[in-house]
Amino acid sequence: MYLRHGAFSYLPELTDNEVAAQIRYALDNDWPVSIEYTDDPHPRNVYWEMWGLPLFDLAEPDAVLHEIHDCRAAFPRHYVRVLAYDARLGRQTTALSFLVQRPAHEPGFRLVRTEANDRVQRYSLQPYATEAPAGARYSPE
Amino acid sequence: MECPGGSVDRMTSEDRWNPGVRSYASMGYYDADYVPKETDVLAVFRVTPQPGVDPVEAAAAVAGESSTATWTVVWTDRLTANTHYQAKAYRVDPVPGRPGEYFAHVAYDIDLFEEGSIANLTSSIIGNVFGFKPLLALRLEDMRIPVAYVKTFQGPAHGIVMEREMLNKYGRPLLGATVKPKLGLSARNYGRVVFEACRGGLDFTKDDENINSQPFMRWRDRFLYCMEGVNRATAETGEIKGHYLNVTAATVEEMYERAEFAKELGSVVIMIDLTIGYSAMQSMANWARRNGVLLHLHRAGHSTYTRQKTHGVSFRVIAKWCRLIGIDHVHAGTVVGKLEGDPATTRGFYDTLRLDHIPANPAHGIYCDQDWASMPGVMPVASGGIHAGQMHQLVELLGEDVILQFGGGTIGHPMGIAAGAEANRVALEAIIKARNEGKDLLREGPGVLRAAAQRCGPLDAALSTWGDVTFDYAATDAPDVIATASR
Repeated sequence: MYLRHGAFSYLPELTDNEVAAQIRYALDNDWPVSIEYTDDPHPRNVYWEMWGLPLFDLAEPDAVLHEIHDCRAAFPRHYVRVLAYDARLGRQTTALSFLVQRPAHEPGFRLVRTEANDRVQRYSLQPYATEAPAGARYSPE
Repeated sequence: MECPGGSVDRMTSEDRWNPGVRSYASMGYYDADYVPKETDVLAVFRVTPQPGVDPVEAAAAVAGESSTATWTVVWTDRLTANTHYQAKAYRVDPVPGRPGEYFAHVAYDIDLFEEGSIANLTSSIIGNVFGFKPLLALRLEDMRIPVAYVKTFQGPAHGIVMEREMLNKYGRPLLGATVKPKLGLSARNYGRVVFEACRGGLDFTKDDENINSQPFMRWRDRFLYCMEGVNRATAETGEIKGHYLNVTAATVEEMYERAEFAKELGSVVIMIDLTIGYSAMQSMANWARRNGVLLHLHRAGHSTYTRQKTHGVSFRVIAKWCRLIGIDHVHAGTVVGKLEGDPATTRGFYDTLRLDHIPANPAHGIYCDQDWASMPGVMPVASGGIHAGQMHQLVELLGEDVILQFGGGTIGHPMGIAAGAEANRVALEAIIKARNEGKDLLREGPGVLRAAAQRCGPLDAALSTWGDVTFDYAATDAPDVIATASR
């Protein structure tokens, strides 16, 4: 499968120049940018690991790209995303989020159905990858 | 009855209370010197008096009939602090370019209204007065809801920010589609459309307004098959999907039962129709807040009273009421699609739903400042006759906090429903990416879409099927003030 996550998951992978353009858009809006990574792609997994603190007070995307490269190098088989945060009153939430790395092989999700009363099905979603412990997933084979 | 002419005759307080019929203006329902209080509810009406009726008297009559007055003097008014409860018309302006029509500004003391009740507010303000004989026509154009009254309402069950956090989707409009044909599909076939549209790339699918529980598909079966489709699509894509399960029914008790079942099945969203009435909408909004389920509103029936310029209630007022009532999503027009929607007027609706402070701007049909005091915004929905080839216009006109719904534009795709959904999603992401890169969407948008279509067969097919389809008719509900005019 191909994980659909973030604003651009139906487009070809963004090049570093394209990533830089999106980061520039965020910085022009005064949105601090942060980087997060995970090996648990469950759609309700909100809290990916933070690659350091959000990068406040930047004027240029270079420093963010540098951090993205470091994060990719440290976790070459994880999902890595960039987030831009809008702290203005009335928003105070993420303004933009997109993937900048995904594992080469994505096994996808098992849809588990449990029969309940009167034809009701209880659904749960289990990423095949998380059957292995954190840190030992998406191993190259 | 006769309406005496407009000049407010000087009279003694004794005259004021003589039995018989007096002009509304002379009874105190017109006061050009009145300065509205911050806590007053303000209303702007478009008044079209009958021939021979003075506009000031007509405005005073509107104020009177929507507050304390009846057709004749009653002594029992003297048992109250009468002037406190009287609504006051305080300004009457001719409508530019529309002979015989006037904007009447009326102030109501907040004490006239029960806290947190749209039913009560509307029973006063659009209660008897719209049938009043001396008026040829009457339209409620706008209202200023004072913060003191705003704070007596729950507001959106979740609001735009919480919805995005719930769905984990940021930085782009959301996408949806209404299942078609809207009537006749069996539950199994219906769920197939939900599954294909969501797996292809839409965030939501939707019941139509008149899908409730008919002989061809009963509600419980529909809910089961739709949730099968939603969950399959979530598993295939790894992103949260939803189907607006319409719980509209004959009684509120029945709606609660359907909503509870939707929640039990894990649906993130339910839906109601405007036809259920304001109190039922408020009950369902309270339910939605308590149960953590988004509440979608289909504005079924609104055009019967919102569309015509001289009579009825403007949709911007309905939008305000919906925000107070506690709706999370409401249809608010597309501009470019098949349904009524002047660009400036539609902008006024979107601002009313999304912003925290909306300054008066007659060019957008906004006649009063409105402060929401941090009440969360309502997600507007653009639906009806839109397609992927218009994506650049839609994003430019409607912005990012909006749900774009492509029913025919998804399900009618020549390569199938999932392909139709993918075409819309690819078009949207390509346009958002280009916008963020600084491209001028109206000028460069078509080129961006063509480039994206070179890598996406379904988008290519969508552009060749619908390419330049437009619905270019004059809007009936356009503002009467041009952008350059001063107030």
